[in-house]
Amino acid sequence: MWSLFLRDIRLSIRAGGGALTGVIFFLAVIATIPFGVGPDLNLLARIGPAILWIAALLGCLLGLDRLFQADREDGSLDLLVLGHDRHMLALTVLVKCLAHWAGSVLPLVIAAPLLGLFMNMAPIGIGATALTLLVGTPAITFIGAAGAAVAVALPRGGLLISVLVLPLTIPVLIFGVSASYGAVADPDPFLQPFLILAALTLFLAVLGPLAAALALRHGTD
Amino acid sequence: MRLIAENLGGERGGEPVFSGIGFALEKGEALVVTGPNGAGKSTLLRVIAGLLPVAGGRVRIEGGGEDFPSIASACHYLGHQNAMKTVLSVAENLRFWRDFAGAGLLSVEEALETVGLGGIGHLPFGYLSTGQRRRISIAKLLVSQRPLWLLDEPTAGLDKASEARFGGVMTDHCRQGGVIIAATHLPLGLDGAKALVMGETV
Repeated sequence: MWSLFLRDIRLSIRAGGGALTGVIFFLAVIATIPFGVGPDLNLLARIGPAILWIAALLGCLLGLDRLFQADREDGSLDLLVLGHDRHMLALTVLVKCLAHWAGSVLPLVIAAPLLGLFMNMAPIGIGATALTLLVGTPAITFIGAAGAAVAVALPRGGLLISVLVLPLTIPVLIFGVSASYGAVADPDPFLQPFLILAALTLFLAVLGPLAAALALRHGTD
Repeated sequence: MRLIAENLGGERGGEPVFSGIGFALEKGEALVVTGPNGAGKSTLLRVIAGLLPVAGGRVRIEGGGEDFPSIASACHYLGHQNAMKTVLSVAENLRFWRDFAGAGLLSVEEALETVGLGGIGHLPFGYLSTGQRRRISIAKLLVSQRPLWLLDEPTAGLDKASEARFGGVMTDHCRQGGVIIAATHLPLGLDGAKALVMGETV
């Protein structure tokens, strides 16, 4: 399992991997927002956490279509599915999700504090947003894995995955953003939405890979 | 170990491709599946491996013991694709499959020597020619131990010398008590293999 994790990490950082696409997309979105909204620093600071979260959400969805498709095209997916007796397929999917998250989404979380400065956010707000992204983005990957598994056989499944997955990620977005706001706007709580966000991630860490494994087992042709 | 198929049927996209296939293979036996394009050779192999649902009849393994309770756990499936990543080196690819599928008798270097490609382990898989890629996926059969080999056109793209070497590899596997089912258009150099011709009764 560890070797699968290492292989996928290697693939994401070698030529043609998706490690940088998400970050560059994230950077492009955040850098354009101030030009569109205008130089109102208070407004930027107020919408900052929400914009960071939305951009991160879309950045997460960007590379998801390759999660299983790359393995399907070169025949690896058949062997991963056949290895079910040795390594439970849901566990294989979980490891692939974790590798995808560490390879493609973690760079985005690391870039978030820097981009928070672009949005004139307070240091505590930046910290809270980065923390909620760290805890919340794995949930998006886990939901996305189920979408990617359903759309694995479709040649241009990327858009379909986004459409399938986006409604399901809304709770993650809501609690992520409300926890980020809770850290800066005083009467709002931080801990409660943050804990629900953590619970969502743990819950989806089980449900997402199970659903994806089911879809992959019945999707071979 | 015995592999038994009874009245096996397979379909693709709801269309029946073949039906009524039956065979029994004992330890050390090989079955060569031939037939025209579209006769269902690849479908048969995928049905046996469990990658496609069985449309009729059944296929099962007997006496696989604790290590190999099901066909999926007992088989190496070599499909049309090589299941290797082009950006990783040959050795990285093989080492991954060795770790994932369980270590076999041969190390990665020994397996590469066996297919006659020793010393190229450091090259990215994408740099290799078609025939060399095929030989690397044959090396993949050797780095993990599985009694049943399901081979789909294993010699596609191989030159004469590599074909002969692969014939030797398969003969060794059978001699050690393995079972081979190979779908092919080319002679494989397997002595005493059973033959199954598909597409004639349809």
